[in-house]
Amino acid sequence: MSAALSLGPVLYNWPAEELRDFYFRIADEAPLGRVYLGEVVCSKRTPFFARYLSEVAARLKSAGKEVVYSTLALIMSEAEMDAVRTLAQSPDILIEANDIGSAALLADRAHVIGPFVNVYNEGTLDYLARSGASLVSLPWELPAPAIAALAKSAAIPLEVQIFGRIPLAISARCYHARQCGLHKDGCQYVCAEDPDGLTVETLDGEDFLAVNGTQTLTHTIGALMPELEELRGMGIENFRLWPQAIDMVAVAQIFRDVLEGRTETQEAWQNLAGIADFAPFSNGFYHGEEGVSLKR
Amino acid sequence: MTTPPDKIAALELICPAGNPAALEAAVAAGADVVYAGFADATNARNFPGLNFTRDEMAAGIDHAHRHGCGVYIAVNTYPEAGNAGPWRRAVEDAATLGADAIILADIGLLQYAAETRPDLRRHLSVQASASNRAAIEFYQRAFGVKRVVLPRVLTLAEIAELNQSLPVETEVFAFGGMCVMAEGRCTLSAYATGQSPNCNGVCSPASHVRYERRGGDTVSRLGDFTLNIFSEGEAAGYPTLCKGRFVAGDSASYLFDEPSSLNVLEMLPELAAAGVRALKIEGRQRGRAYVSRVVSAFRQAVDGSAQSGALDDMTEGARNTAGAYQKSWH
Repeated sequence: MSAALSLGPVLYNWPAEELRDFYFRIADEAPLGRVYLGEVVCSKRTPFFARYLSEVAARLKSAGKEVVYSTLALIMSEAEMDAVRTLAQSPDILIEANDIGSAALLADRAHVIGPFVNVYNEGTLDYLARSGASLVSLPWELPAPAIAALAKSAAIPLEVQIFGRIPLAISARCYHARQCGLHKDGCQYVCAEDPDGLTVETLDGEDFLAVNGTQTLTHTIGALMPELEELRGMGIENFRLWPQAIDMVAVAQIFRDVLEGRTETQEAWQNLAGIADFAPFSNGFYHGEEGVSLKR
Repeated sequence: MTTPPDKIAALELICPAGNPAALEAAVAAGADVVYAGFADATNARNFPGLNFTRDEMAAGIDHAHRHGCGVYIAVNTYPEAGNAGPWRRAVEDAATLGADAIILADIGLLQYAAETRPDLRRHLSVQASASNRAAIEFYQRAFGVKRVVLPRVLTLAEIAELNQSLPVETEVFAFGGMCVMAEGRCTLSAYATGQSPNCNGVCSPASHVRYERRGGDTVSRLGDFTLNIFSEGEAAGYPTLCKGRFVAGDSASYLFDEPSSLNVLEMLPELAAAGVRALKIEGRQRGRAYVSRVVSAFRQAVDGSAQSGALDDMTEGARNTAGAYQKSWH
């Protein structure tokens, strides 16, 4: 069985035209099997890209890529849930649920369970698979033994995140707005100024976290590459890259080459570090340690 | 519009019991229900020296029931893959010991409880982060959940709107520590310490906290990170990750949340009018004196004899907040 690489939804507030052009290039050039589209973090951002969504989806599909429509991680109003209901009126699209309410709405059809849904054990995985999930993208917190146990019991394919800043938390409060002395309702979309998130340092000047509107992420870039062989040994064949504001076509190519044995891991790791140079790598969650740590 | 006193008096007071002494203090102070957990990773306050052995739980339930007080048992962490045993045993023992309800978060465990112990009342923990009608209805439909503890992300108006159409009771947090992130969906602590609320039942654990002297300053650290620096004379608070002081965009601030405590003592008419069934007081890590004081104040408030500002000196940094219940917080 060959490994499948996917591109997760863009978590940040990129200008709509840039996002469109980003996806056009992904469609034309990136060796990816599946691309997730849609806003996951803040419903206020949704309208801007809506006018390009069908055009982008068509371009990706005609390039042979499967398109999955991602939905919000934290749904707090009927208006936000209505957006999921509207999407679900199209019978032939695949939707990723990132809130259990969305998963419930999609239970009568095939759907993806996103990494923002708490799937920590076999009981939950089994329940969701029997409720129509065709793929579960696992939470980032899971260490290797948990992934192995889930893979062993899974009746459906599982996906593991292998690249990108790791989402750590979601809130009703917008930290980007708060940092600028603004309220969420009058946020002026200040999150758009930070295409990879706003760096959060400690008072000692050490890089720590990144803020993306209502979301908090790692400052480090999660990266699993030497671990791919072990993951494939467990039966994991779906791997997700989170988009960052760097050359994601090149990032996808690096991982593709490693998965197909065309590049040695050590060389690929150095190539990756040359492109993803805005923060150090981490892999602690996978190794059961502090998420920030990097085990070599 | 004023809320009738009987509607406020009907609010159920759910009070924390981190150990047998706190349980007795809460019962004596007028708790309608105490909530507690077993002494392991199956509950979200898995702190050293806290929680109940099976024998202590049996005695605690007996004591509470003899005084007309209920007991809910929290089994609200997420069972580890390949190791469901401790969580399943916690559900079974809660039923055997005669708990009035169990508080669960995990879908797999909810299903296990519904199938094997159908008569034991099930509540949905705040750790499940059910923040919308579709999610709440799912837990009711799939697992027969009777009550949902609402995440601390909703405004009072949103809670009122939810309660108009929900098939379950709702419980809200009333006093104590407050998560600023959606509960059960936060791995900040695991990023810095390897220990998380979902998997280990702890956040920013004391085992990873250090205080250092630097000149006249006190530096609080969690794992390898400085969470705050307090100057001489400034009270050094506990370094809970989201209550730290950080630098973003060139300015230092309490970026996520100020160290403060939720306090809705003055908001009971509004909460009752919003259709809330029960008020939860946070603080299973607190001692009996704290529990006694806070529960007494809420008992008086619910019974209509509240004293304004009765708990102002009990809040963290002596700061009160109505949290997400007020739109201005967002």
